[in-house]
Amino acid sequence: MRTLRFLLRKEYLQIFRDRIMVAQLLLLPAIQLALLANAATFEIKSARLVVVDEDRSATSRGLVDRMRAGGRFELVKSTTSAERADDAMMRRQAGVILRIPREFERDLVRTHTAPVQLILNAEDGAAAGVTLSYAQRIVAEYASELAATLRLSTLGGEGPVAGQGRLDVRARGWYNPNLDYRFYMVPGILVQLVTMVGTLLTALNIVREKELGTLEQLNVTPVTRGQFIAAKLIPLWSLGLVALTIGMLVARFAFHVPMRGSVLLVFGTASVYLLAALGVGLLVSTMVSTQQQAMFVTFFIVLVYLLMSGLFTPVRSMPIWAQWIAQANPVMHFIEIMRAVMLRGAGLREIARSLAILSAIAVGVFSLSVRQYAKRAA
Amino acid sequence: MSSRTGGRVRAPRLPSALGAFVRKELHHIVRDRQTLAILLLMPLVQVLLFGYALRTDVRDLRVAMVDPTPDVLTVRLRNRLESTPRFRVVSTATSTALLEDQFQRRVADVALVLPTSFADGLARGDRTPVLLVTDASDPNSGTTMQSYVRAALADFESDLSAPGRGPVRIQVASRMRYNPTLESANLFVPGLIALVLTLVSALMTAISLSREKEQGTLEVLLVSPLRPWQIIVGKVLPYLALGFAITCLVLLAARVVFAVPLRGSLTLLLAESVLYTIVSLSLGVLVAARTTSQRAAMLGALVGTMMPTALLSGMIFPISSMPGWLRPITNVVPARWFIVIARGIMLKGAGLGILWHETLVLAGMALLLLVAATRSFHARLD
Repeated sequence: MRTLRFLLRKEYLQIFRDRIMVAQLLLLPAIQLALLANAATFEIKSARLVVVDEDRSATSRGLVDRMRAGGRFELVKSTTSAERADDAMMRRQAGVILRIPREFERDLVRTHTAPVQLILNAEDGAAAGVTLSYAQRIVAEYASELAATLRLSTLGGEGPVAGQGRLDVRARGWYNPNLDYRFYMVPGILVQLVTMVGTLLTALNIVREKELGTLEQLNVTPVTRGQFIAAKLIPLWSLGLVALTIGMLVARFAFHVPMRGSVLLVFGTASVYLLAALGVGLLVSTMVSTQQQAMFVTFFIVLVYLLMSGLFTPVRSMPIWAQWIAQANPVMHFIEIMRAVMLRGAGLREIARSLAILSAIAVGVFSLSVRQYAKRAA
Repeated sequence: MSSRTGGRVRAPRLPSALGAFVRKELHHIVRDRQTLAILLLMPLVQVLLFGYALRTDVRDLRVAMVDPTPDVLTVRLRNRLESTPRFRVVSTATSTALLEDQFQRRVADVALVLPTSFADGLARGDRTPVLLVTDASDPNSGTTMQSYVRAALADFESDLSAPGRGPVRIQVASRMRYNPTLESANLFVPGLIALVLTLVSALMTAISLSREKEQGTLEVLLVSPLRPWQIIVGKVLPYLALGFAITCLVLLAARVVFAVPLRGSLTLLLAESVLYTIVSLSLGVLVAARTTSQRAAMLGALVGTMMPTALLSGMIFPISSMPGWLRPITNVVPARWFIVIARGIMLKGAGLGILWHETLVLAGMALLLLVAATRSFHARLD
């Protein structure tokens, strides 16, 4: 016990003496949160619209006005030549082309249907999909607006018409009524942060001793493996929790991300998750011999972890086999729990399944890495 | 650094000191099998992941219906939803009591809440309110799901209307130009090339230079007859070659596995990637010159090059979606320009006539950074 205490003191001293380490710990969360929370959004603020109006009627102008009115579309050009519009898209001056064909108004009055064409620049895939749904909604609203006026003029009557009931769809988004994308990203970013601290710093810390040759010195002292591993991991485990605390404070006070569930539950889950993260770091340190290698291996693992975690793209959109792989990913479960607790106010009962899987993975990875470490060193 | 060259590799004798130095660097890269394997593996795994596993569309939408007064019409609506492959009605209840639990346990994505006497209201011709609840803790999927359900409801509505007197319909024919199926591989491969090139050139150069510094071997190099620019060139050339090789590898993988299009000129694309590599390499040298330890260099390279490349380049998140204060900042991120160029060449078949502006910006950056890097390296030498 005494040995462990001395070792721990040495580790803490070493960590706090190293300015870069401390900076990494304080700065990274802040920079990442600020950047990611603001940059990581698919929400479209305004798309550049080029209109090809071949009809030039009051109705077609009405549609263009409706498109402009919402503020989602900025009319950059109005032309009658389709080629010129195509060219604008090629030069990235247009994000959307709205083409209204000739006889648009006449067809609408006569047959009550008329086509329009929307061409989107799908270079930024995600953005194109969202833009399309905005545009479609505006067109649909305009159609029902026209329906009202046309019905008035053709039937000459007001009020409800039997057999022509209409649905009045009201949408509500639970847990995040303003559809603020940051609320979704921030819990995930916090997980990424804890992962980086836990895994990368652990791997670097141990490999550094290897590189400098001080690991060999430690090996010939009476310090046992258990003591050595504990002394290495306990400080990093606590650092992970410190980084999480800083991140949570920034999230709360700078981004106003709600914290609907229990803070205790978040930290409890984080403590379990850190076991897995530290375990991976330890495992990496047994496989490599230089800091550079440690960095690249960790980088690779964390990258695959994050991409398969549902941080950026929903897990349920993945093909089934990928969803199964994702189940073995501790990061995915931690992100799920963070989002559930912070945004939906989930309690222990709601997250029990994820937490159980996460604990199993954590214990598995951790014991494997400790065994592997002992084997290597023997 | 002792130049212990194995017998096999000695064969092509390079005459100049610079040649020997380049050879030594190449040795360092090739000797470290692990790092090399990861450098080659990482982009390939990423191409596979982006192509196969990462999708943003919603395919399987679980609907919870709340129908207080079931009748023929609501059953028709339900059947209508179920006949669409995208929807799956997971429950039908008469009250909203269970909804909260279903959303919490994540067994439903959307709830469709119908009013009492749904059919009567529609028959009378009233505006019948329908409530659509989505789990907006993921706003992107939430919005997408909403628009799918809305579209299905609109179809249902137009079916109801008496024939001949249908509601006014404007049929929208939409086309996704340059990437009709919104294939994610097509979108990510250009960004991926930028990311990998940054990783190889900026990060590797920064680490390798600062490592020589940390181990004191840089001083040995300084007293050698090599000039400072020769040291930089010697450090940089092997990574330039490595970056080039990896670019070709990614392009080949993307082409063979996912049939990612290359509509423009391959030569132009490769030339532009060399230009971009030079920019990244100079950044790496700059970072190494300004820092004192490997770890500081790593951190600097990560924060200074990798993060902006991943987040502020438009690779994943469109720049047009960023807040106003952030958009000008993206202009100093080299990857932002390179991605426009790479996408332009690969997806749109654009040539220099259209991309000259972006190319000029990259060239300007290369020149500026190259001068700055050589300068700051000079300063360290004194």
